[in-house]
Amino acid sequence: MNPVGIWRRMARGVRALVNRPDTDREIADEVQHYLDLATEAHRAQGLSAADALRAARLELGSATAVREQVRSHGWENAVDTAVADLRYAGRRLRAAPGFTVVAVMTLGIGIGASAAIFSAVKPILFEPLPYPAAGRLTMIWEAGPDGARLAGTFGAYRTLEERSHSFDALAVMKGWQPTVTGGDRPERLEGQAVSSSYFRTLGVSLALGADFQSADDRRGGTRVAILSDQLWRRRFGADRSIIGRTIPLDDDPYLVVGVLPAGFEPVLAPAAEVWTPLQYDLADGRAWGHHLRTVGRLKPGVGIDQARSELAAIAPDLAKTAAAAAGFFPGGFGLVRLKDEVNGGVRDALWAVIGAVALVLIIASVNVTNLLLARGAHRQGELAVRATLGAGRARLVRQLLTESLLLATLGGVVGMAVAWLGVRALVAASPANLPRLSAIAVDGSVFAFGFGLTTLVGLAFGLAPALQAAGRDPPEGLQWTTRRTVGGHRRTRRALVIAEVALALVLLVTSGLLLRSLSRLLAVDTGFEAANRLTMQIQTAGHRFAADSVTTGFFAEALDRVRGLPGVVSAGLVNQLPLSGDRDEFGAHFEAGPAEAPKAFNGFRYAVSPGYLETMGIPLRRGRLLENRDQAGAPLSVLISESLARRAVPVGDPIGHRLRIGAPDGPAYTIVGVVGDVRHASLGLTESEAVYTTLAQWRFADNAMSLVVRVARNPGALAGTAREAIWSVDRNQAIVRVATMEDLVAASAAERRFALRLFEAFALAALVLAAAGIHGVMSASVAERTREIGVRSALGASRGSMLAMVVREGMALAGVGVLLGLAGAILATRAIEAMLFGISRHDPPTYLGVTAVLGAVALMACGVPAWRAARVDPATTLRTE
Amino acid sequence: MNEPNGDVIQGTLDLLILKTLSLQPLHGFGIARRIEQISRDVFKVNPGSLLTALQRLERAGWLDAEWRQTENARRAKYYSLTRTGRKQLEVETADWNRRALAVARLLKAEG
Repeated sequence: MNPVGIWRRMARGVRALVNRPDTDREIADEVQHYLDLATEAHRAQGLSAADALRAARLELGSATAVREQVRSHGWENAVDTAVADLRYAGRRLRAAPGFTVVAVMTLGIGIGASAAIFSAVKPILFEPLPYPAAGRLTMIWEAGPDGARLAGTFGAYRTLEERSHSFDALAVMKGWQPTVTGGDRPERLEGQAVSSSYFRTLGVSLALGADFQSADDRRGGTRVAILSDQLWRRRFGADRSIIGRTIPLDDDPYLVVGVLPAGFEPVLAPAAEVWTPLQYDLADGRAWGHHLRTVGRLKPGVGIDQARSELAAIAPDLAKTAAAAAGFFPGGFGLVRLKDEVNGGVRDALWAVIGAVALVLIIASVNVTNLLLARGAHRQGELAVRATLGAGRARLVRQLLTESLLLATLGGVVGMAVAWLGVRALVAASPANLPRLSAIAVDGSVFAFGFGLTTLVGLAFGLAPALQAAGRDPPEGLQWTTRRTVGGHRRTRRALVIAEVALALVLLVTSGLLLRSLSRLLAVDTGFEAANRLTMQIQTAGHRFAADSVTTGFFAEALDRVRGLPGVVSAGLVNQLPLSGDRDEFGAHFEAGPAEAPKAFNGFRYAVSPGYLETMGIPLRRGRLLENRDQAGAPLSVLISESLARRAVPVGDPIGHRLRIGAPDGPAYTIVGVVGDVRHASLGLTESEAVYTTLAQWRFADNAMSLVVRVARNPGALAGTAREAIWSVDRNQAIVRVATMEDLVAASAAERRFALRLFEAFALAALVLAAAGIHGVMSASVAERTREIGVRSALGASRGSMLAMVVREGMALAGVGVLLGLAGAILATRAIEAMLFGISRHDPPTYLGVTAVLGAVALMACGVPAWRAARVDPATTLRTE
Repeated sequence: MNEPNGDVIQGTLDLLILKTLSLQPLHGFGIARRIEQISRDVFKVNPGSLLTALQRLERAGWLDAEWRQTENARRAKYYSLTRTGRKQLEVETADWNRRALAVARLLKAEG
């Protein structure tokens, strides 16, 4: 067919569609003209006027049929039929508003939940990181022989840069929180100090200005900074002349050399808005401190295993280099793809969530199928009449499928609205550490996903009733209208209800397990008392604090003022607060006896003011706590945690042992006491090795300290006065992270609570849908058997026995569903095993509990139809027959 | 069934219409009449099939249609052959001849 022809067909088709009445009239005219001429021809052969017309009509056949025949030609007529089908389907759905609303809402919830979850997991599971050739980006860390992870060092980074040939580029980074001054108010920024190769490694080009140069890495070099697009717009009014100007950060002028593109997503530090070169060198005291993160871009064609073995080959030499520089290298490297590093923690959980939402969608579809089948039973008569009047089987199937697709589309529209709201709720409720949070949005691909899902669902639940309807002979269908017989479709519907109950039980078990895990987690002994403690972080910045003594003095003064506030029981300072996200670990090198090998352990390093442990309620197990006499110049004292004591000094009294913190050649501290273990990183983790020194006896002043205040009651109310008390010492210091200790404990369980909320929502939806399914099937069963029930009661069956009959039938369905569901749950809970805490995935109380819940709900769902069955009046029933 | 089969052979109706219209523009009834006349009443044209075929050929761009006055002052839809229609007629004629020849050969071989 030539293109002109196609065009012509299209044009005529469209014209025919638009001008349907005109086209019809034209065809009618033509047919009429034909008929006239044929009649004349017959008259010319001598027939009478009436006979001529009859003969012509006979020849032509029914004029209507001819018109229809002519009309049915052309693609526009297929559209016409579809439109007619749609209109009819629309009328059918409007005629049963109850059914339509229930079905559309059910589908809307299923499709909406699926689309919302899809949009949330898409960036994490299905998209590469937002960098060019992101598959080549890797994360590198230092690893001990037992595989324990240790943060990277600048020394190791430099060695790898020189020796490794696997990488196009390597970069190191650490957190950096400068305060930007000038403008109306100071603002604490989240940023990163990085090697100049950072953006080159990620493959990111700047929108304005130029990337860092290797000269910027020089220690004591010019202070330069690169800004994120957001910071540039928010703080500097998107002024393009910012490049080459200086901005004051922590009282120092920083030269702005570049601005990142708006689409840049700092996956490695999601909140970061400003970057500056790290400016370390090997002579720097920090060169062998384990506090950096290392990222590397593999050369094209270099596999991850190849890179691993090269790193392993470099490791022994590095250990010697480190030892020579009085540093420490744990003996090996770890290397994973950056994507796995970023998403690894949540990937399994997300797959479990996808599984859960898929179950909800399946249950929703099963429910709608059931509704359609129930309707199908009532529609047998209508369909049979249509078939008898000449509607082809294909035509009927097409009609029914149109109806279910229309239903699915309505459900899809509701679903996309649900998804749009759901994603908002998800983002608002999601724990802060969900990776790539900023990339979660309802976009074109989510709509495409929702649309595809809708079509699939529409076909899936439409096919069963359509085939069922088409497969029956018209005469049999006509008999159906009398509802005397009960047919095989009931078996299908029962099977569907059983499936629904089973799937709902799986979801109930999963959320039950998560719920119990959360309560176990919140019941964990944190090692400190959380009630009535207010915390806040005080950050010092500026040249005023160049000398450690000034910093120490400021904190001491601030602590004194807070202690003087009314209502304060006690107060203390600590460099890293448990459950706050702070993490500062040092090696604890124990002095060895003459016959012993030296022992070193990694542990949290707490620098505290005397009174911190008392304020937190951390119990003293042995010896004494830190006191005011443990000041600068006094003998160095240290407390260790129980776990560290058990590991380092398994026999005998640890009091009096000596250890060095950080460098093995540093000053030795004498252990004066053993204190209880504390959950530091999270409630679920039992990393409890820790050392405590006083602020005064630590070798440098931390520039950010957390204040903990114990009050008699209502800790939140003290926040304002405490802040004012600190600002009365120095107005210009930032106070952040104001929270009660109880808030921090709750936040630590946020991730689990989030997962639990999701599963709870899904399980609740599943339970409601399953209940609706049981109710629907039992109602239909009672309605179909009204006559049988009537006969039975006429023969003397009691109302109670009728009630029992229906309940028994419904509960048998639920029972089979529960058994299948329990088996399914035993298998399916493997997916959430990693998310459990403190219980087995076969936890019997959970299984028993949810079975009881489901049983109770099923009983209620049977109740209404059973009650209706019991009230069947035999006289009325028999009379209507 | 002793009656001679007067139905137009499947697939040849298009050819017959095109050929008829290549002589002069005609309306539907005229085309039917002309086919019956030329074929000496061997072919009876079913009006329904004819009108549908006309619609289809017009849609394909082989025919032009125009409402005109007939000799006895009535409105009728006159069809005429377009240029592509003329080409199509050549193609279908050649095709028909090829087939007819093949059928003739087969019959001869059997006889």
